[in-house]
Amino acid sequence: MCLSVPGKIIKVNKNMAQVEVGGFLREISLDLCPEVSIGEYVLIHAGFAIQKVDEKEAEETLEILKKMAELS
Amino acid sequence: MLEDKILLAHGSGGKFTHNLIRQLFLPKFFNPSLEPLDDSARIINQEGSLAFTTDSYVVNPLFFPGGDIGKLAVCGTINDLSMVGAVPYYLSLSFIIEEGFSIELLKGIVSSIHEMAEKTGVKIVTGDTKVVEHGAVDQLFLNTAGIGWIQSGINLSGKNARPGDSILLSGYLGDHEMTILSQREGFKFRGDLISDCAPLNDLVQKMLEVCPTIRCMRDPTRGGLATTLNEIAGMSNVGMVIEEEKIPVRESVKGICELLGLDPLYLANEGKLIAIAPSEKVDQLLEVMKNHPHGRDAQRIGEVTEENRKKVILKTLIGGHRILDMLTGGQYPRIC
Amino acid sequence: MKFIDEFRNKEIAEGLIKKIRKTSTRPIQLMEVCGTHTVSIFRYGIRGILPEPIRLISGPGCPVCVTPNEDIDLAIALSRQKDTILTTFGDMMRVPGSTSSLQKEKAEGGNIQVIYSPLEALKIAKEHPKKKVIFFAIGFETTSPTIAVAILQTKKEGLKNLFFLNSQKRVPQALFALLQAHTVKIDGFILPGHVSTIIGIKPYQFIAKDFGRPAVITGFEPLDILQGILMLVQQIEENHSTIEIQYRRTVREEGNPLALKKIEEVFERDESRWRGLGLIPDTGYRFKDSFKEMDARGFDIKVEPTREHPECLCGGVLQGIKTPFECALFKRICNPENPVGPCMVSIEGTCHTYYRFA
Repeated sequence: MCLSVPGKIIKVNKNMAQVEVGGFLREISLDLCPEVSIGEYVLIHAGFAIQKVDEKEAEETLEILKKMAELS
Repeated sequence: MLEDKILLAHGSGGKFTHNLIRQLFLPKFFNPSLEPLDDSARIINQEGSLAFTTDSYVVNPLFFPGGDIGKLAVCGTINDLSMVGAVPYYLSLSFIIEEGFSIELLKGIVSSIHEMAEKTGVKIVTGDTKVVEHGAVDQLFLNTAGIGWIQSGINLSGKNARPGDSILLSGYLGDHEMTILSQREGFKFRGDLISDCAPLNDLVQKMLEVCPTIRCMRDPTRGGLATTLNEIAGMSNVGMVIEEEKIPVRESVKGICELLGLDPLYLANEGKLIAIAPSEKVDQLLEVMKNHPHGRDAQRIGEVTEENRKKVILKTLIGGHRILDMLTGGQYPRIC
Repeated sequence: MKFIDEFRNKEIAEGLIKKIRKTSTRPIQLMEVCGTHTVSIFRYGIRGILPEPIRLISGPGCPVCVTPNEDIDLAIALSRQKDTILTTFGDMMRVPGSTSSLQKEKAEGGNIQVIYSPLEALKIAKEHPKKKVIFFAIGFETTSPTIAVAILQTKKEGLKNLFFLNSQKRVPQALFALLQAHTVKIDGFILPGHVSTIIGIKPYQFIAKDFGRPAVITGFEPLDILQGILMLVQQIEENHSTIEIQYRRTVREEGNPLALKKIEEVFERDESRWRGLGLIPDTGYRFKDSFKEMDARGFDIKVEPTREHPECLCGGVLQGIKTPFECALFKRICNPENPVGPCMVSIEGTCHTYYRFA
């Protein structure tokens, strides 16, 4: 029920931000996730940022996955 | 079973379009030249065949990055002729114009048509002009017919694919449809996204020179790659397997598709072709394609199979499989 | 695309599948709750590469599948009103109501517009001050905060011509109802990652505590899903039942408290009707009194009596207790171009998938 995609914050203007997903630029609302900075990644759903993407957790997940798959 | 009203889905190039053609038009107009429903009809005699096609252009907006309705009309008609192996010669051109349309804009469209005709060597030999009241058309519609000649020995048809053949794609998918959507919705990009609108006649002739036994060529317009491959699989009664990781899609098109929940395999293209060819000729064909401005990103994306007849199977990025169906009614952006 | 492509890595996927195969010793049935998981599993062909003993069944987590006919009929009736624009997410266009669908209505000249964000409904309302604009508000907890913000903004700006047809649903108590009913064998749950981004981990604790089943909050890329399945298999093999988070890069234990606050400003919890499952307590919302003037259910209009095709088995198919083959309409009358029920509408709907494979 929830198509959401991670995008990079490019610009911030009060409660709106411009995000980028693979070169596609979009204006979204920060009303649900106000504390963002340029360069951070957020989950985008229905025109809103709904949560920040924790880059450290993402890296750790990938490391765990590689171990689980016995690749590292 | 037909609906009682025309829906937008009937124009999308997918299942609804097919049903309308097969259940309403084909029974009334049936004849051997129409029946194969290839991109152009072939009217055959001993020296070769006449190729004859028609098309209408209703794109909105009329002008877009990479082209306009005029360029689209010439390229689209040339491509329909090229897909059956014909050298395109003559076009007819009919304008249906809304009253109040700007002459300046019309001049721009006419210039585009002139430029593309000069570039490709086709001649506009007959035409028609109608002007209708405000609201009867959306600014301007174009209709074309095209005539070309197919040398004897060239036999391209959707019925000819055989198990063991290779499936080639000439480049990136989705550029045209996403350019149009972006213009309508005001989408922005880092870098450019432009329509791939292009004439493929020269590329096709060069491919036929190295491989006159190409089975079939099609340009994946409305309905996209998936629909076009399903059409061929159905007509030839074969199966197909294609590999997701071999299919080129630009980052920006991927970005829109991820965000809006669209599938690039169903998006319209206006300057790409699919070729089904004997596998022993693939290397030569790819070399010709990659050396051509309209085939630089060509790939072998899959093969024709004995199993799973009339079905197109996609081998996914992670090695799974899914059935790639024909487009049903048209894609909507989704949140789920 | 960062945080997307890395989670589609083929080698890691193959390694995970090998590990799942090594770890799993018995036949199990896992329920993936969320429509977006159903799409992802279908898109990557995950069912086909999982080892045989692991069966995935789809749960009631897609608005296309669980929005009852009466809500679709109401949306259609509203769209037929004079000087009215109905706005909707694209997902609902093809879902059949009792006799029509939004797509069919649009073909007949109905003023229906597909939008991507609830905020676009405000834009349309401002552009057409003399028209009544209605937003067909469907979705789960991922979408509800965005709808709440749109409603708060509407009130703040004093927009008087924008209304909301509330048909939103909440996941956790629907899972409770499913487990209580004991009709389907569920050994573990693949929980919706994005809903959980909003609600966190607490609302799911009853699954382990009261029903002794493991559940993993899972992301949507293929590696996320495979890791989630592996975590479930490991728990089941070790006879554990806890709620775990696989999707650590966006799900915090507390969820998104600000988003939850926005929902609570506008809505109170309520019961809600689910197609195939009936009326379930605490799985929907109603407007708080101070926002009641925006409720599109407040209009006095005639709606056709709700009818489900008597032979449509979508309810049973949705619960995983019937297969499409058992439905008298399957293929004979009901097909993707003319769907009778929601299971045939979307390409990943159970009946649609069976239609193509069988």
